[in-house]
Amino acid sequence: MLRDIYFTVVGFLRTFGALQLFFLRLLVNSPHIFFGRFRLVVQQVQNSGTLSLVIIMVSGFFVGGVLGLQGYSNLARFNAEDSVGTFAAFSLLKELGPVISALLFAGRAGTALASEIGLMKATDQLSAMEMMAVDPLPRVLVPRFLGGVISMPLLAAVFSAIGLLGAHLVGVNLLGVDAGAFWQQMQSTLDMSDVYEGIIKSVVFGVVVSLLAVWEGYNAIPTAEGVGRATTRTVVISAIAVLILDFMITAMAI
Amino acid sequence: MQQTRSVELGTGLFVLLGLAALFFLTMQTTGSNTLAGEDTYSVTARFSNVGSLKVRAPVAMSGVTIGRVQSVEFDPVSLEAVVVFEIDSRYDQIPDDSDASILTAGILGSQYLGLQAGGSEFSLEDGSEIQFTQSAIIIEQLISKYLFSSSSEKEHE
Amino acid sequence: MDSASDNVIEIQDLDYSRGPRQIFKGLNLSIGRGKVTAIMGPSGTGKTTLLRLITRQLRPDSGKILVDGVDIANLTQKQLYQLRRRFGMLFQNGALLTDISVFENVAFPLREHTRLPNRLIRHVVLTKLHAVGLRGAADLMPTELSGGMARRVALARAMVMDPEILIYDEPFVGLDPISMGVIVRLVRKMNDALGITSILVSHDVQEIAAVADCSLLLADGKVAASGSPDELNNTSSELVRQFMHGMADGPVAFHFAAPNYADQLLGRDSE
Repeated sequence: MLRDIYFTVVGFLRTFGALQLFFLRLLVNSPHIFFGRFRLVVQQVQNSGTLSLVIIMVSGFFVGGVLGLQGYSNLARFNAEDSVGTFAAFSLLKELGPVISALLFAGRAGTALASEIGLMKATDQLSAMEMMAVDPLPRVLVPRFLGGVISMPLLAAVFSAIGLLGAHLVGVNLLGVDAGAFWQQMQSTLDMSDVYEGIIKSVVFGVVVSLLAVWEGYNAIPTAEGVGRATTRTVVISAIAVLILDFMITAMAI
Repeated sequence: MQQTRSVELGTGLFVLLGLAALFFLTMQTTGSNTLAGEDTYSVTARFSNVGSLKVRAPVAMSGVTIGRVQSVEFDPVSLEAVVVFEIDSRYDQIPDDSDASILTAGILGSQYLGLQAGGSEFSLEDGSEIQFTQSAIIIEQLISKYLFSSSSEKEHE
Repeated sequence: MDSASDNVIEIQDLDYSRGPRQIFKGLNLSIGRGKVTAIMGPSGTGKTTLLRLITRQLRPDSGKILVDGVDIANLTQKQLYQLRRRFGMLFQNGALLTDISVFENVAFPLREHTRLPNRLIRHVVLTKLHAVGLRGAADLMPTELSGGMARRVALARAMVMDPEILIYDEPFVGLDPISMGVIVRLVRKMNDALGITSILVSHDVQEIAAVADCSLLLADGKVAASGSPDELNNTSSELVRQFMHGMADGPVAFHFAAPNYADQLLGRDSE
């Protein structure tokens, strides 16, 4: 029993340490790929960013709409329905924008990354590269990692912006909150630090989800089953990591 | 070639859209654009109680934001709160005997500094101090005053 | 000394185990320059593992692997990549990169390792594709190719840096007879026309007989027999005969190791 706990703890620490080293290797290789082989990165921004745009925009719009509805009906109890814009902007910028887009990103782009890399491993593509004297880490993993890191903050910003428009549509156009009050209240309450908090969160989430996706794919057991497990683990671990980090960053910001 | 070109186009559009969204968020949701911020002048006011007035709270006259609170500090000598705020220099005709009060925007709103015009022919300028101030209304004090007065009325009966 | 320089690869006293299973135990073998050498053996004897050891994708537990007299165990990453450029390897299913076209797959090593102008790259790639008969497929994606075609593209890719040693991992598995014939012809042609050394892992006895100069049969972590395909065919060793003629039972038993059949059926083994 005690032995089991010991081995679990040691195993966890080893995996965690290996992950850190892996992260370091990605970082060390990032600058020369970013500046030297920018085209590879562009390709991956397309894969993880542009292709996630539809799900992000649709979800953002409806999340914003719900905030408009909920905000209106609850704030109306305090005769404060004019604050619905403030309410939506606070929720979107600081929490829902970064967190929900990170979760959607893990589901859309993270799984795609993990399964793609896992499949490349299972079909010997990574070994073939090594045999061609090409290190797959900078050539395959780093562009995918960077693509995710670049895409995520942009996706979160799109999510929040579309969400605000959704809240505006519901709050102002449907429920009749004054448009001036909607924006004015928001502008007098929020300041740049609120926007920064959201941006910092989305950057951190982008790094973490991309790192985990690339890591899980790279360490997948090279079989069909192993790749499937890697994609599942990517979503589960990313979601947990995002929510824990969200709590930690929020606690630090306050 | 056709394929790489469409990839580049799609990525370019995506990045532009993302940056536009970021720009929209910073400009549209925060009040940083309401004050041009180029030319301002600072004015001081002393209050016996500032309530929960915060740095960057708006300074309004007739309901229009004309400036922002720069600092809120406690003066250990006079035992008063010293509020320094800046006013957009477009508004340089404010009488120097105007009075400042700390008001609340709506029941849930945050507090702001309101200026009420006086009748002097001299204007406020950089470094002036406002003479007439009215402190924040503290709800707890109001309630206890009301309770106290109503209970003392009962005793008289 | 003369005989040493005739061998491109020499393996001395190699031990390798994966987990509790010992795969190689004191393995010794050498591979002659300019020849087609076939490595044969029943499934699970570590043929593919041996290839990965030779190219140092895996490291042995003990023993030496010499390539042109240089022990590859002590190479730095840079020297190793330098060495690997002299190898070309054909993986079991081709291992083409699935996100780029056939043309780009063959061009991949050139783009990664050279700064040749596009026109020259195009020239080289089309030449190599022509050699495997797939110049017309240059614009297809790897997923649009049949198994045999994918392997031919992979061969073109392995050839594009003009390697000295070509390694084929199970090149005949899962191919129809025509594709097999094509690959057999290509292996022979590449070897003779370009003067390279070919190493072939397979268990297709007939195809090997058609193409190999020398065959090695692996069993029990060692080389059980070696010689030309004809010599192996007429050997007296029971194991070699079983393998070459595909007999179900023999030294490699039909039954996986198990407790006594009657005992197990009667439930006596649980006591």
